[in-house]
Amino acid sequence: MLEIKNLHVQLEEEDKQILKGVDLTVEPGTVHAIMGPNGSGKSTLSYVLAGRDGYEVTEGTATLDGESLLDMEPEERAAAGLFLAFQYPVEIPGVGNMTFLRTAVNAQRKARGEEELSAADFLKLVRERAKALKIDADMLKRPVNVGFSGGEKKRNEILQMAMLEPKMCILDETDSGLDVDAMKLVSDGVNALRDAGRGFLVITHYQRLLDHIKPDVVHIMAKGRIIKTGGPELALEVETNGYADILNEVA
Amino acid sequence: MAVPERKAQEALEARLAGLVLPEGGCLDKPRKEALARLTEMGLPQRRDEYWRFTRPDTLIQPEPLPARVFDNDEVPVFSSIDRLKIVFVDGVFDPEASDDLELEGVRIDRIADICDKDIHWAKDLYGVLEERGQHPVARPLAALNTAFARDGLAIHVTRTPSKPISLVYVHASETSDAILHHIIRVEPEAELTLLENGPAAARFNKCIEVDIADGGKLHHVRAQGRDHERRAVTHMFSRLGARSVYKSFTLTVNGVMTRNEQIVEFTGDDALAHVAGACLGDGDFHHDDTVFVTHDALNCESRQVFKKVLKNGAVGVFQGKILVNQKAQKTDGYQISQSLLLDGDSQFLAKPELEIYADDVACSHGSTSGAIDEESLFYLRSRGVPEKDATNLLTLAFLAEAVDEIEDPKLAEDLLERLEAWLARRS
Repeated sequence: MLEIKNLHVQLEEEDKQILKGVDLTVEPGTVHAIMGPNGSGKSTLSYVLAGRDGYEVTEGTATLDGESLLDMEPEERAAAGLFLAFQYPVEIPGVGNMTFLRTAVNAQRKARGEEELSAADFLKLVRERAKALKIDADMLKRPVNVGFSGGEKKRNEILQMAMLEPKMCILDETDSGLDVDAMKLVSDGVNALRDAGRGFLVITHYQRLLDHIKPDVVHIMAKGRIIKTGGPELALEVETNGYADILNEVA
Repeated sequence: MAVPERKAQEALEARLAGLVLPEGGCLDKPRKEALARLTEMGLPQRRDEYWRFTRPDTLIQPEPLPARVFDNDEVPVFSSIDRLKIVFVDGVFDPEASDDLELEGVRIDRIADICDKDIHWAKDLYGVLEERGQHPVARPLAALNTAFARDGLAIHVTRTPSKPISLVYVHASETSDAILHHIIRVEPEAELTLLENGPAAARFNKCIEVDIADGGKLHHVRAQGRDHERRAVTHMFSRLGARSVYKSFTLTVNGVMTRNEQIVEFTGDDALAHVAGACLGDGDFHHDDTVFVTHDALNCESRQVFKKVLKNGAVGVFQGKILVNQKAQKTDGYQISQSLLLDGDSQFLAKPELEIYADDVACSHGSTSGAIDEESLFYLRSRGVPEKDATNLLTLAFLAEAVDEIEDPKLAEDLLERLEAWLARRS
């Protein structure tokens, strides 16, 4: 599904190489986790895949179901089925959460040549999905993420994911800023979306999240490369010993 | 200095040559006094402090520049509101197109009739607030209006009517030069909603004097017409009694030249005035909000909220002043002016001013100018919203903060829906 080959990325503004040849393949129905120390390029990878400005791809490819993501606008990537749950969800004053969700859902449907959801169908769907994430009517009415707590913002990200039903979900440090209860809610939300046709890439610092969202494959990223790949036990190893051993081992 | 003064004198003479002072009746005196004021002040010139950012030339020249009538099949703003509709075509009252001037709790007359009908309050108000508003800043085009306006309404609100009064300004002739003067008196505890919409004329000079008695309320919502080439200078002079409320909102989309002045004076304690505006300008568009609020009573609240979206070389101007006199303790004054510049060609010029002589007050002001927030734009796009739609959504959100100043949610909703449609059409 998601196929990244030899991806090299540098910052547009300065001559600084962040990703130095990332190779990664996520098959449908699997959950991949990426762990790694600060500054290893995990978040950059997620931004580059989503199409954020400020990065230059100097080498390599990234495709979703065979289509090159890197040639698409951010909205085209979304319509193609890519979703990034932000580490820091953006506050948008003046735009109601509900309006935002409906605009996004219908924009994607339109881009795919599908019919837009009627107001009634949309409302029914959003209520049902919001309820599972304990998002109340007030949170739906308020401007996007404005005045939301850290946990509310992350739940709101998962609600968007649930509404947009993407093929490939990237979660960028979704566990940061969450307490135990919120982590459970968010993880339940993610797990509810797991199915045979959907892939996940979960970026995290901690094993904690992976107790809730059980990965099939764990990658360790350092200095712009994936240096080790293994099963869930790799995350436990990091939890116990830190990254030092793995870094030494590879060096 | 001799040269500009002579030029100003010539400009005034040229303008006056094309105007005829209406004669006869009880308004002779205020009209002649207004003409004397105008002659003393002269017409606005570029060197005048309050005309530095807005060229007065096209507003003062003898003949207006022609403006095409904007043809569209849109249902006019406020059409769905239950209202008393009063129509002016190129600045002249049109009884055929208007409802009967009858509304319980309100008496409505044309200013031409107030002398014959001996309407005292109107005689005592005409030109009075305009004259008071000439200090410390001269407003010559308002004096010109008082002197030469032939039409307009005297609206006397003694009890709260069941529906709003809606003034509709139709632009029919490409060379019309309209001068309208309304006076409004709201009696104690009465409340009126006044709606205005339409381009009015190729060139429009409108003045409204609003006198709100103790506990009275006036809600004013206006949508200036979308004719691209129209020009307008408008003044609203309001005097607020104790516990009174004055809320005014203006939406401006298009129009090559607009100067809207609000002159608010608090004379009674515990009163509240909110003036707000939202404008959307694309290309040949110059929009100027000039506001002067004088606090001369205890514990009053004033609030100014102005938002401008500008692109393709459009220019926005904001000149807002809060003057707090020594006795106006416990004043709460707030002012914000913001622009959203959608490209590098547009500009926003802001001059916020506070002048405070009382020591126990809370006054604040702010002014910002910026582009669309890139973070927000990317966030929306990452959810599948195309760039144009995302920009429109963020633009609408920016303007909504001013539109939300309208108290009646139905009116606010109506205007927001229009804005949304206009934004979508443009992009």
